[in-house]
Amino acid sequence: MNPHRRSPFIIVAAALTYFFLYAPIVGLVLYSFNASKTNIAFEGFIPAFGELKTDGSLIAQSPCGLFHWYCELAKNSDVIEAAGNTLTIAFTATIVSTIIGTMAALALQRYNFRIKPFSQLALYIPIVIPEIVMGIGILTLFSQLFGWANATFGLTGDARFTLGMATVTMSHIAFMVPFVTLVVQARLQGLDKSYEEAAMDLGADEWTTFRRVTFPMILPGALSGALLAFTLSLDDFVITFFTNGPGSTTLPIYVYGLLRRIITPQVNALSTVWIFVVFVAVLLLQILQNRERKPHL
Amino acid sequence: MLKRLRENKSAQGTLLALPTTLWLFILLVVPLFLTLVISFGRRGIDGNVTFVFDQNHTPFDNYIRLFGYSVTNCHSGQAACFDPLYVNILWRSLALAFNTTTLVILLAYPLAYFIARARPKQRNMYLLMVLIPLWTNFVIRVYAWMILLRKEGSINIVIGWVMRWLNIPFTPLEMLYTPGAVLVGMVYEFLPFMILPIYTSLEKIDPSLYEAAADLGANPLKTFFRVTLPLSMPGVVAGTILVFIPVMGTFIVSDILGGRQVILVGNLIQRQFLDARDPTFGSAASLILMIMTLIVTYFYTRKFGFGEEIVVA
Amino acid sequence: MTSEFAVELRDVVKKFITPEGAELNAVDHVTMQIKNGEFFSMLGSSGCGKTTSLRMIAGFEWATEGEVYIEGKAMGRTPPFQRRVNTVFQNYALFQHLTVYENVAFGLEMERVGKDDIKRRAGQALEMVQLIGMDRRKPNQLSGGQQQRVALARALVKTPNVLLLDEPLGALDLKLRKEMQLELKALQQRLGITFIYVTHDQEEALTMSDRIAVMSKGKIQQIGVPVEVYERPANKFVADFIGESNFLAGRIESISENEASVFIQDLNAAVIGTPISDGLIKGEAVVVCIRPEKIRISEKGALNQKLFPGKVTNTIYIGADTHVFVDAFGAKLKVWEQNRVSRLDPKSFYMVGQEVWLALMPENTLVLKKD
Repeated sequence: MNPHRRSPFIIVAAALTYFFLYAPIVGLVLYSFNASKTNIAFEGFIPAFGELKTDGSLIAQSPCGLFHWYCELAKNSDVIEAAGNTLTIAFTATIVSTIIGTMAALALQRYNFRIKPFSQLALYIPIVIPEIVMGIGILTLFSQLFGWANATFGLTGDARFTLGMATVTMSHIAFMVPFVTLVVQARLQGLDKSYEEAAMDLGADEWTTFRRVTFPMILPGALSGALLAFTLSLDDFVITFFTNGPGSTTLPIYVYGLLRRIITPQVNALSTVWIFVVFVAVLLLQILQNRERKPHL
Repeated sequence: MLKRLRENKSAQGTLLALPTTLWLFILLVVPLFLTLVISFGRRGIDGNVTFVFDQNHTPFDNYIRLFGYSVTNCHSGQAACFDPLYVNILWRSLALAFNTTTLVILLAYPLAYFIARARPKQRNMYLLMVLIPLWTNFVIRVYAWMILLRKEGSINIVIGWVMRWLNIPFTPLEMLYTPGAVLVGMVYEFLPFMILPIYTSLEKIDPSLYEAAADLGANPLKTFFRVTLPLSMPGVVAGTILVFIPVMGTFIVSDILGGRQVILVGNLIQRQFLDARDPTFGSAASLILMIMTLIVTYFYTRKFGFGEEIVVA
Repeated sequence: MTSEFAVELRDVVKKFITPEGAELNAVDHVTMQIKNGEFFSMLGSSGCGKTTSLRMIAGFEWATEGEVYIEGKAMGRTPPFQRRVNTVFQNYALFQHLTVYENVAFGLEMERVGKDDIKRRAGQALEMVQLIGMDRRKPNQLSGGQQQRVALARALVKTPNVLLLDEPLGALDLKLRKEMQLELKALQQRLGITFIYVTHDQEEALTMSDRIAVMSKGKIQQIGVPVEVYERPANKFVADFIGESNFLAGRIESISENEASVFIQDLNAAVIGTPISDGLIKGEAVVVCIRPEKIRISEKGALNQKLFPGKVTNTIYIGADTHVFVDAFGAKLKVWEQNRVSRLDPKSFYMVGQEVWLALMPENTLVLKKD
């Protein structure tokens, strides 16, 4: 690269952009310590001890001190349930989409087969179509399908097909698979076929070759794809919004719901916890990656 | 049978790709098709979709309505007139997408450039700093702006301090629930999606090209405009696609930051499916949204290429 | 199942479809018979079909037409892991996630060999390629030459009857390459197994092979022992590809079984040569091929040989040889003369513009079809 000539314009612009990116987050975190119950204005940090004005909207004192809202959060069973749902859906969807996505990537990269154009088209769609179009499409599919099935089989009450964890998970898999496939495909492109040929040359049949040679080599790529898929699922709002039902609320949906009703700093506490978890996860990932890099060139 | 499978490479490929293809076909292609079919339907009396038509109701009603033909809401005396309500919504969404994309490019490019020019060891850290906000949840990030933009929010507080220090009378700005707020929110949400592709394409530029340009007499500014910028275009293109398409369809930002004032296509569709319970109209709007998106994408990539090699960051 | 030949290709064709949709015969009706225990090379430039042919023997590609026989058995669509041949790959294809030992042991594990036997045989294989002590290293910790030996050991440990080598020395530097050439040849002779070797380096092929198949555009141009291929090239392509040649255009004046008289237009005289191509007739337009080292050059006319005049245009001193470029016969000729006597005086070399005399000997003057 050009000798590291740093134009001041660039540095200032970059700094401002970083500031722009982080200012809201900082504000978010700060307000999670807001003494005001209504979280409209910042009224000072919650004191651990001592008195404050007690005009109904402020918290005088709290057993959890500064972390009052976090304590409230921990007691909130709705949040716990939503978090559980979110993780369950993410794990399930990730596993399924990684497996079938990796298979598809292998197929697309290595073979010419009759349904190839269809596969490629199908994988293309989620990238060029706005999420909301997919969301309402899937909703339409499920509602029509369930309506017909419930009527035909005479199901009522709890036996009815409804939107819920299953529908959300299935929808997540649908929009995650293209990303997994894309990532794995990219990794496969750099993978020489000669390793697999060498294995077969030495007597390994297809399954053994896959097990002992191909799989270890694509594993990093597959894991990358899985990680991407996992984050997409955790974060998803739109698709989940249209396909969830009672009992399958995820965290993003829950937060959205809160925002439309009363906003207490509990939302901020939740957000901060979320940010913190992400931050730690990213850090761990970096450490893992760095450690993996050392023995190899 | 295994022997036959072994010898038929095409069948192997099909088998591997089948689960994914089937899954996507059922959950993506079929729904799109259904949406199309339903968009020609009518909202029946009990909220169901019917396909019964008469002289007052045709299959194309929803589309006609979207593009402005209205039999209600007209001036006195007129049987039918042009109601730009929905056309405005469509136009506003398109305009917002364009504006957002432009602003995002302006903000993202310097930062991407900065990271690409940093020392390799530091680059990872800078990239992570871009990615971390991205990994916090979409909804949360929008909410964060709500806090900032409110009358009692941080921005007003800071401006208030400055104004008081300058002794200028100041009433807090009404920033929330305006189109401006929605724009800011959109830019904020999608900024990282532009930074990454631009960074990737900048980073891929062979350093010896800069040396060649200098050798041939180009000063840094010329080098930027004649070498760097053109070579980074695939990244800009990829980023544009990653930003433009979602902005067209996002409804949360306008919902939370725009309140009832700012209605975009996404909000329109959302409401049809939830509140107004007219899935036929919503489907029609959804299809129009999709077509608009595809048209813009098509012309854009025709002119600028795809930059898909950049997408996998 | 023994047969006369270790490997046989009978009228094998391999069709590919280019990205533009056209059909291409990468291997175009190739027939060859490779004997047991011989070092057989396929020589040609890229795209000539040599690698594709090798891959069809290994089982990575299936013939579109024709048949591949290994030890007398037709292979058909038999997969590679069921064939008793092993391959040394161009890029070595060592399993990066396994150690050297594990790489070598891999093939034996596939054969369900017992652990103790694996240890013994792998140890022997590593010793054979002089890599004892490297067991635990990973491929990316080895040099290019060492990686190449691991690839060799990995294939040989399975004691195949036929070893396929796909340009194995391409990535090595010159000195190492020459060393490895001799080592490989010695190894092959010691083991007594058949080596089928693919290369684009003619010197390599000539050095190591018992027989060479020269290929171009999917077709075999000539199969023969190195001396044959060099001294009696079957056609203009082989004459041009192997070594250096001078080509003169001419027309046959008279022809008998062992001798042909070719009239060279620009010389207004005829040269006597040996007819190589079949079916040459009087009056036919042909090409005369003379290798540079076969032309005698001198400053003065001498003896009773037919001498032709020429003018020196350039002289290059190579050390062991001197390359002299001469305009003669209406063509630009290359003449190589061995520096048998130390020449320290620059004036003793042929100077530019100098008039010289060239002598050709009929048995070294080859008459070939014009194609």
